[in-house]
Amino acid sequence: MARLCAVAGIGQTQYSARRDDVSIAGLLREAATRALEDAGMDWPDIEAVVVGKAPDMFEGVMMPELYLADALGCSGKPMLRVHTAGSVGGSTAIVAASLVQAGIHERVLTVSFEKQSESNAMWALTVKTPLQASVVAGAGGYFAPLVRAYMNRSGAPDDTGIRVALKDRRNALKNPYAHLRDPNMSFDTIASSPMLWDPIRLHEACPSSDGACALVLTSERSVRKTKYAPAWIHATSMRSEPTQFAGQEKVNPQSGRDCAKDVYKKAGISDPRKQIDMAEIYVPFSWFEPMWMENLGFAPVGEGWKMTYEGATALDGDMPVNCSGGVLSSNPIGASGMIRFAEAAMQVRGQAGEHQVDGARIALGHAYGGGSQFFSMWIVGSAKP
Amino acid sequence: MRDVAIVSFASAPNRRTDLRNEVEILMPVVQEAVARSGIARPFDFTCSGSSDFLQGTPFAFVIALDAAGAWPPIAESHVEMDGAWALYEAWVKIQAGQAETALVYAFGKSSPGDLPEVLATQLDPYLVAPLWPDSVSLAALQARAWLEKTGNSERDLAAIAVRSRRDAKANPNATLSGDFEIAKLLAEPYVAAPLRAHDCSPSCDGAVAVVLAAGDRARGVCKRPAWIRGIDHRIEPHALGMRDLTVSSSTRIAGEKAGVGNGAVDLAELHAPFTHQEAILREALGLGAGVAVNPSGGALTANPMMAAGLARIGEAASRIWDGSARRAIAHATSGPCLQQNLVCVLEGE
Repeated sequence: MARLCAVAGIGQTQYSARRDDVSIAGLLREAATRALEDAGMDWPDIEAVVVGKAPDMFEGVMMPELYLADALGCSGKPMLRVHTAGSVGGSTAIVAASLVQAGIHERVLTVSFEKQSESNAMWALTVKTPLQASVVAGAGGYFAPLVRAYMNRSGAPDDTGIRVALKDRRNALKNPYAHLRDPNMSFDTIASSPMLWDPIRLHEACPSSDGACALVLTSERSVRKTKYAPAWIHATSMRSEPTQFAGQEKVNPQSGRDCAKDVYKKAGISDPRKQIDMAEIYVPFSWFEPMWMENLGFAPVGEGWKMTYEGATALDGDMPVNCSGGVLSSNPIGASGMIRFAEAAMQVRGQAGEHQVDGARIALGHAYGGGSQFFSMWIVGSAKP
Repeated sequence: MRDVAIVSFASAPNRRTDLRNEVEILMPVVQEAVARSGIARPFDFTCSGSSDFLQGTPFAFVIALDAAGAWPPIAESHVEMDGAWALYEAWVKIQAGQAETALVYAFGKSSPGDLPEVLATQLDPYLVAPLWPDSVSLAALQARAWLEKTGNSERDLAAIAVRSRRDAKANPNATLSGDFEIAKLLAEPYVAAPLRAHDCSPSCDGAVAVVLAAGDRARGVCKRPAWIRGIDHRIEPHALGMRDLTVSSSTRIAGEKAGVGNGAVDLAELHAPFTHQEAILREALGLGAGVAVNPSGGALTANPMMAAGLARIGEAASRIWDGSARRAIAHATSGPCLQQNLVCVLEGE
């Protein structure tokens, strides 16, 4: 049977548009060193390393984990590299956790990253391959029609997305690592920002960031006494579906619904809105908050926008979402999923500082990728499952 | 550890240039492996290995889901590594009690690019890659160091190529095979001294798929399952100057952890893209002269990038199933000059 796995250490880098002060390896070490310190450990304590990132073309290095082996202290150790599109940060944490749960390793370091300043992610995502439909003008171009479809179906007020963006950007002011921290951001600034991919405005879209996130995952007996007690992994799940086929539901994808159902079942959750204290979910464009609220079962279909509108997803709401500022405030793509997982764990550890949700005991970390087709989730708790 | 076995394997023909796209190459391979396994979909877990840089587009693995079949949605993951590591991830899932069956596949199409040049982009992006040292030139440095240290000759390397190509005559999926004379091979020009064309694996397009099952699920569908008795993988520093290139310390550690030395070895499928690397790997795993190495012809006759390591595991398992081996070793490598290595010990019951 699977062993318990603890999130014993968490490290994040400063996120920004361009981290010229560090190499790719330096970026990962910044996160990894902080995670080790948080776990009360040092490099020799680590038995295996799992690296995750989105497409290698973002940095122009093929399978960069090979080059990163030296900087991550991997000599003579096992190293894995995960890539599951935008959900990769979450999937990477899940692969690392399974090494502990299977009883293969005691202490695993997992790091995910993106140094997007090495390239232009939007155009890297727009490559036209023979015989494949091009996603056209980056992720925003792909997702805008899905947002429009959601607006039409749900009848949500047009300013719902602006309200999500305002909440997340304000939350980011409480997160010292966040990339976008503009104290003057207001409803009007967002509403009057240029329309990039109708109906998505500039300030309703995620930035391109450099950054890395790291976790130290351990077995129960390997947890060390540190300032913060560990978070315990209660359940993990991953689901994938094909990119496109006739009749496919893209606004409320089945892979996301299945993944949520599976992770709740494993964690013994029957009423997610009541039993889960907060959620860090992957919202690269503001409207995905209400869309995922429905997909995750926090709101009935067609009513996710009401949670935003009524303030339920605010830091002081009954279902706080993305208290860190979320992907809308920091988006080193390959790391973004792991940051969600990490922030969920920080909340149940009581480690989230100014953006801490009082008394958070059960939290959801969520990531998605590709054309809303790859999902990874975990439920973490302050108590053992 | 739970008993987990390989119960099915299928491979595409490894052509130098396969005009089909990745999905077209992969789909019949997955279908064949699934049909042979006798296990009905959906599998509890699916994992794959591939590289964006071969296809020249981000998210290259995404389209492969169409070949694997992912509707209704499946529990699935992907490594940007050789498929042997995808198999490792699937094995871990089964060990954690999160799956009983798994489909593992890998694919790579090298023909659209110049593979040795593409592999130069794997190197340290600040200090090494800007010099564009291609993978064959780096392997040649390793071969030269190994020849000088061991006193072996280029003739010894050619003998490995001749044996591999002869064995590949029985492998319908091999890129090249046949009877060759050492003297004639040695008369050919160097590609990068001391390596000649026969010392280097042919670049090709290909795909492989494997099915794993735990305990009684495996016994129920396979007469003689190939049980994974040990599997481990290790990596070495990337900087070539940090390593002794004439030995493979990561293979040695992985072999010890996987338990290679715990019994007699009948055969070994070693992922050696260059002749001298077979000799280095043999030594690292402590394989004696009595061990049949690469009866399939090995990577020197078919080396589908990202899939050749998983193919070694499938080939070794095939020989457990047909009873020609009781205990077999499979090996996969990745990175310049054998930087990262995986070792798997398979046994029949």
